[in-house]
Amino acid sequence: MNAWFNVKAIVKRELGGYFTSPIAYVFLIIFLLLTGFFTFTVGSFFERGEASLVSFFTWHPWLYLFLVPAVGMRLWSEERRLGTIELLLTMPVTTWEALVGKFLASWLFLALALALTFPVVITVNYLGNPDNGVIFTGYVGSLLLAGAYLAVTCMTSAMTRNQVISFILAVLICLFLILAGYEPVTGLLSRFASARVVDLVAAFSVMTHFEGFQRGVVDLRDILFFASLMGFALFTTGVILRSHRAG
Amino acid sequence: MIQVENLVKAFGPKLAVNDVSFTVERGEVLGFLGPNGAGKSTTMRMVTGFIPPTSGTIRVAGYDVLENPLPAKRRIGYLPENAPGYGDMTVQGFLLFAAELRGLRGAARRSAVDRAVELCFLENVRYQVIDTLSKGYKHRTCLAQSLVHDPDVLVMDEPTDGLDPNQKHEVRNLIKRMGANKAIVFSTHILEEVEAACSRVIIIDRGRIVANGTPEELKARAPNAGAAWLRVKGVPAALLAGGLSGIANAANAEILRDEGGIVEIRVYPDKARPGGSLTGEVAELAAQQKWQLEELQTEEGRLDEVFRAITLPDTVKGH
Repeated sequence: MNAWFNVKAIVKRELGGYFTSPIAYVFLIIFLLLTGFFTFTVGSFFERGEASLVSFFTWHPWLYLFLVPAVGMRLWSEERRLGTIELLLTMPVTTWEALVGKFLASWLFLALALALTFPVVITVNYLGNPDNGVIFTGYVGSLLLAGAYLAVTCMTSAMTRNQVISFILAVLICLFLILAGYEPVTGLLSRFASARVVDLVAAFSVMTHFEGFQRGVVDLRDILFFASLMGFALFTTGVILRSHRAG
Repeated sequence: MIQVENLVKAFGPKLAVNDVSFTVERGEVLGFLGPNGAGKSTTMRMVTGFIPPTSGTIRVAGYDVLENPLPAKRRIGYLPENAPGYGDMTVQGFLLFAAELRGLRGAARRSAVDRAVELCFLENVRYQVIDTLSKGYKHRTCLAQSLVHDPDVLVMDEPTDGLDPNQKHEVRNLIKRMGANKAIVFSTHILEEVEAACSRVIIIDRGRIVANGTPEELKARAPNAGAAWLRVKGVPAALLAGGLSGIANAANAEILRDEGGIVEIRVYPDKARPGGSLTGEVAELAAQQKWQLEELQTEEGRLDEVFRAITLPDTVKGH
């Protein structure tokens, strides 16, 4: 029970931290503008003539590639740079409570950004008769995807005091997570590797596991993939934080 | 309240803290003195559970900081070096957050924050964002954070660093006042601070404790502690020196000034024969010899002299 209070206190502080600076609003506006631009212009939402949000969700792995590291890059690097980590970790909280609290706060923030895309759902319902179940699973998948990127960013931000380095490292790792299952890359790989190897590499990709959600399929394996990716990245964050302190 | 035994911390091949042991009881204020890089901050970080020691044990209020960190941390208030704080929060918000993590809820939490604000004179800036505060206020905000839960054990790393003389004075008084019913450890390299606030001093150099005692005991270790200092008119210096070094308790006499018939001279006590009033004997001798004494006083040792004598400057190699 106490653990939950601590996590809650940290979530509140972190979320408050987002909204006391203009960063949160700037991020929300950029995110909404970009999703709109990609959905309607690049994804040619109207020209498709189908009542679905495929053109909306398809771009999320790429959008998140830059936006999620931007949200998460300061999580630990800022604490280390300012020395507040010394305050936080000498409070009667465990490293895990602090870790989970910070992660949850940023994830909630991303969830809010995602929730603010609701006009696109209204639009597609107004224009046609989409399968709202598919749209719902699309949102679930998108949220898991954001969480996975965020956990990776959490890990890279624990590695360095420098936010820029933490951002670049996170983008690189997330890019790998995309490309391992991105069709042009798997196509290239299949020319000189066996199908099993290609499948194995693709299995590490968020693309492979995000795809099902877009089609309305909730596969336990996909959920497990995202959950274990987050679990692994957060566990590594904890190990990194501990090793810094051990000197 | 704090028991530290054989604490060692190695950073790579370098021993930052080397076999440090000490205890602090309730009602004691322990001053941690030492040159920069002596291991003061590292020791404090280990006591508060921020970094694990390489070896040794730390117990706070009976709880092992390594094995049972949470109950130990609950009883500690900690002011880290440079007094960090979340710049985007207001003073009030930051203190409420600290109180919440300290397990305070509802009305208890609000009154704890009120008390800390009052104690650290933060009323004027209470609703200001920490980033916009002056250094002194930032420092006191972090200090307030360490006091918010009224801890039994206070660990403060350079609590008066960056404060103006008035604020330094206030903080010193605060430490002294709180020291009556808490166990306090604070580090500093301001020697007068130690005399003003501490009941005991530990001097640490290159990771080792080189002195441990009350400020008075340490001052007594100064070469001129207990020496008699006198100014005499119209008596030749050599005659004075000869006469004074003849006193039973005196080790030797040093002529400090000899100008225009006024001689200033210091008589060092014989450390092998403690007790006995050197000044009294000097006065007696002067009366016998009919020397015209202008001034006579017993010198107290000065802490900075002791400090310099037992800590090696960074420029000295070896050791």
